[in-house]
Amino acid sequence: MKDLSTRDVELGLLLDAIYLTYHYDFRSYSEASVKRRVRTALVHFRCETISRLQERVLREPQLFAELLRFLTVQVSDMFRDPTYYLALREKVVPYLKTYASLKIWVAGCSLGEEAYSLAIVLHEEGLLERTLIYATDINPESLRTAEAGVYEIDRFTRFSESYRLAGGRASLGDYYSAAYGGAVLDRRLKKAIVFSDHSLATDSVFAEMQLVSCRNVLIYFEKGLQEHALGLLSDSLCRKGFLGLGLKETLRFSQHAAAFTELVPDARIYQKI
Amino acid sequence: MSDIEAIVIGGSAGGLDALLSIVPALPEQVSCPIVIVLHLPPAQPNLVPEILSRVCARAVHEAEDKAPLRDQTIYVAAPNYHLLIERNRSLSLSIDEPVHHSRPAIDVLFESAADAYGPAVAGLVLSGANQDGAEGLCQIRQAGGVAIVQAPATASSPMMPEAAMRRVGPSTHVVRLVDLGAFLASLVGAKTRGGEVLS
Repeated sequence: MKDLSTRDVELGLLLDAIYLTYHYDFRSYSEASVKRRVRTALVHFRCETISRLQERVLREPQLFAELLRFLTVQVSDMFRDPTYYLALREKVVPYLKTYASLKIWVAGCSLGEEAYSLAIVLHEEGLLERTLIYATDINPESLRTAEAGVYEIDRFTRFSESYRLAGGRASLGDYYSAAYGGAVLDRRLKKAIVFSDHSLATDSVFAEMQLVSCRNVLIYFEKGLQEHALGLLSDSLCRKGFLGLGLKETLRFSQHAAAFTELVPDARIYQKI
Repeated sequence: MSDIEAIVIGGSAGGLDALLSIVPALPEQVSCPIVIVLHLPPAQPNLVPEILSRVCARAVHEAEDKAPLRDQTIYVAAPNYHLLIERNRSLSLSIDEPVHHSRPAIDVLFESAADAYGPAVAGLVLSGANQDGAEGLCQIRQAGGVAIVQAPATASSPMMPEAAMRRVGPSTHVVRLVDLGAFLASLVGAKTRGGEVLS
């Protein structure tokens, strides 16, 4: 490995400054992605150097709130990877039906699309009434957007197609109405979801779940933090509970692999032993 | 020029055909890891690793998150994920916004490669009908690495190599498709077929 460049040193100092001042811990995030996001932020905030950005972050809390938007994932879709939702419906729901009440955790929910997708599946399977979905993220602004449940209507053409591929029983149009220049998701879905602040890096287990869905979050973490987060997800599950990861994420190389069986390997759905 | 420790390649329309001509022509002495981004429709299963592994003796894998880069191995980006190289010589995936309407984007791979390897990386922009790769190739060059494009006249879609040439400037190596394998071999000090070394 070559010596640290000035920019690498600056990046480390910025992440330290953020942690010490605001208690958000990006220090164990995959560096290449963080660096890319910081580079984008430099352009947005018109800062010549990361050091300059760091100075402003330390002195302007408002700027940090805005910077957080650059540092956290803001990308998701309803029914992203339809095969995942199809597998949940076909392979996991039958188990879930045996519980009198359900707790489900969407960890790293970003703007909420995946939490609502899950709520739709559960609604169609007759489970939503007895389910509480915790949807958590570290970015309070994302959580507010997620809670509002208003998305650009243009995106629903693609969402509808994914919904259909995911085994949707009705029409996605049944779950939203056009208003405020966007699509507002149905109150029935919102009622089942609690959006709240939670960090996989610094917070701990808060309830016992039957299903934890944490997709495309771990790829942003370094190995050590991945292991820590997987431990947290595992500890949150009841015996025989289910863990869903992103399609490019795996337990294969994790020390936690032994605690799970692969229920639907292609869809990255695991069951705790 | 320092030793090349990795080769990164980006292609779009016509890029796979170009790879199918380059990869079998690579002498074994080109031992460093090769990391490839091809623009593909997101929904398709990724057949590229399979296709490439049929035409060469190297191991060809779809890129996996956190996988350490190994010699004599080709890594192909997974559809719908950006692919980045970390300073510790391992791969990372991301679902950040598409760049130039593409995920994976060539710029994202190349920029991370420039950061990770500095002068010890060669970037190659192949055929394609957009501008992805130009900015990334420029960053590779600015970090002291080697910037290569497929000669536009030999590309089925010349726009991408042309855009990269314009962005990088005269220090770009413009290499005909048939010569690319030998050119990459010359970079790593390997003997090329027929002893021909191009520059």
